[in-house]
Amino acid sequence: MTEGAGLISSVTSPPLGDQDGGSPERGGDLGGLSDAQLLDVFRTMYTIRRFEVTMERAHLAGDLYGPFHSSMGQEAIPAGVCAALRADDVVASTHRGHGHAIAKGAELGPVCAELWGRATGYCGGKGGSMHIVSTRHGFIGQSPIIGGSGLLATGAALSFDLKGDSRVAVAFLGDGAVGQGVFHETLNLAAIWRLPAVFVVENNGYAHSFRADQMQLNPDIASRAEGYGMPGVVVDGTDVFSVYGAAEAAVERARAGDGPTLIEAKCYRWRGHNLGDAEHLYRERQEVEEARRNDPLHRFRQAVSGRLEPGALAGIEAAVDEEIDDAARFAAESPFADPQTALEGSY
Amino acid sequence: MREITFIEAVREAQAEALIADDRVFIMGQEIGSYGGVFRATQDFVRRFGEHRVRDMPIAEQSMLGAGVGAAVMGMRPIVEVMFMDFVACGMDAIVNHAAKMRYMSGDQLRAPMVIRTQGGSGTHHGSQHSQTLESWFLHVPGLAVVVPSVPQDVKGLFKTSVELEHPVLFVEHRALYRTTGTVTDPVAPIPLGQGVVRRRGDDVTVAAVGKSVHQALAAALEMEEEGVSVEVIDLRTLVPMDVELVLESLSHTHRLVVAHEAVERGGWAGELVARVVAEGFDELDAPPLRAGSKATPIPFARELEAAMISDERLIARRIRESLDLAEYSA
Repeated sequence: MTEGAGLISSVTSPPLGDQDGGSPERGGDLGGLSDAQLLDVFRTMYTIRRFEVTMERAHLAGDLYGPFHSSMGQEAIPAGVCAALRADDVVASTHRGHGHAIAKGAELGPVCAELWGRATGYCGGKGGSMHIVSTRHGFIGQSPIIGGSGLLATGAALSFDLKGDSRVAVAFLGDGAVGQGVFHETLNLAAIWRLPAVFVVENNGYAHSFRADQMQLNPDIASRAEGYGMPGVVVDGTDVFSVYGAAEAAVERARAGDGPTLIEAKCYRWRGHNLGDAEHLYRERQEVEEARRNDPLHRFRQAVSGRLEPGALAGIEAAVDEEIDDAARFAAESPFADPQTALEGSY
Repeated sequence: MREITFIEAVREAQAEALIADDRVFIMGQEIGSYGGVFRATQDFVRRFGEHRVRDMPIAEQSMLGAGVGAAVMGMRPIVEVMFMDFVACGMDAIVNHAAKMRYMSGDQLRAPMVIRTQGGSGTHHGSQHSQTLESWFLHVPGLAVVVPSVPQDVKGLFKTSVELEHPVLFVEHRALYRTTGTVTDPVAPIPLGQGVVRRRGDDVTVAAVGKSVHQALAAALEMEEEGVSVEVIDLRTLVPMDVELVLESLSHTHRLVVAHEAVERGGWAGELVARVVAEGFDELDAPPLRAGSKATPIPFARELEAAMISDERLIARRIRESLDLAEYSA
């Protein structure tokens, strides 16, 4: 493993001046979050970033195998959405789902071990990076079948409705999912049954190499919500306070029995579709560099600079660095999956 | 003992499941106040309420997918796919999600749901409303496949299916809906993977499920007049498949015909034949034969359908061929 200290520079972008984006929330009420909540949100975002960086390096070093889809640059979305959820609410995710699992509270050790394909992983090595599940934390799975997370969340929301639970189900989806027929079906079903669901589309600009504007003439995914008779909200997905605000309203609405909401969080995918993606075939390096100026972690730091003690965030960073190194070590040192278990659990 | 129709058995089985377990609910098109296009949920809305008997938009992906999502959260959905042909529209939810949730999640999630559907020829619904597609699902690990032939089995197998901790494809042939049979009160659950001998015989074994069982019995009667004694096995479920029972039967008949209305090419009969050849080769006096439908879409016109569909005449022909081949090889 790479030593933690060496990673910090790649974990966040260099500090930027106000002219480079800044924070719309500076001086605002920061989503109405308490100091403790702010620290939690930061911890989540930083953990996701640091996790993706560490796993990417482990992959490049040959410690991991299989596809790897980094969510770097999108950390504010799971952090903001999950901050608005209760522990017993559930989340369904996509192929790009490490951040969602972490934000919903999944433990880093078993998540890492699942990426490593080890017996101690959440799924004992049967799932891998695209199929992390931790039911204990309400993380009910990822579907790398584009649009599938919507099905799981809609069904979970239906179960809450049938049981009279006040729980809420969230589906994270990518902009690619909007082209799937199942996207239409699930939103419509959730709407007509007023299910306690929230659909969060992380519009990171690309479905693999296909630009969002090549896939749909209407650039505003959220506007589709009107067709289903539900609210549609567009937020800046690099601003965790905007994400939190929209999620809080949507979750409240769902919990009150008023039905689902579609949130479109506009963001940018810092990495290729997967590790090893031939990015040069479809986008310029400069485009990526431009987008990285809107670093959600940097924006957060700027926004809270007058509110939190400077040392508070550094303390979290140091603790998370250690946790992730520990988790990676735990995974690397864990026993391999027992071949006997390959034949268990099916029918 | 009571005599009821096949569709009445389906209705009773579902109603009993709704009464027995409040985690059970039903989703499907036209199943609400309409009562189901084949009356499988007649009067259910009044008895169980719209909450548990949920009319769906025509949207199989979300119907089956929401079923999976509800199942992993502890519910026991029964999802009615109106015509088996329409499972193609919701295949992703079945194949990529329901079948794999338990395995992929390391047993954290389970998708116990019954996907009820009906299919088959004989009512001239044409190529897109008549198919027999259960073979598709044998190829996807994680699913049970149940194909009952009589009312008693409908009820007994349904009871087991709704309690199974895995998703189940429960396949009905609509030509059987008005057939009758006796049922016990109550019906005991029938374990999956246990076939039953419907008719004892000495010369040839015919293995079948669903409507083909009745056709095999008709063929056996016809063969009786020719002095041939046919044993008929109703496998009842295809996953798991009671190969043992077939091997047992072959130990005295030594000849096998596998009958299904599904297209012969790539159909489940091939799987059974392969298993029998591998595990019971020494018992065979003739090559095992299949009586499946010809590899065309199902046509509308009566004469055209009769030319391609597997029926009792084809089963009888295969029985004769089996005897001829046995004689030849002897």
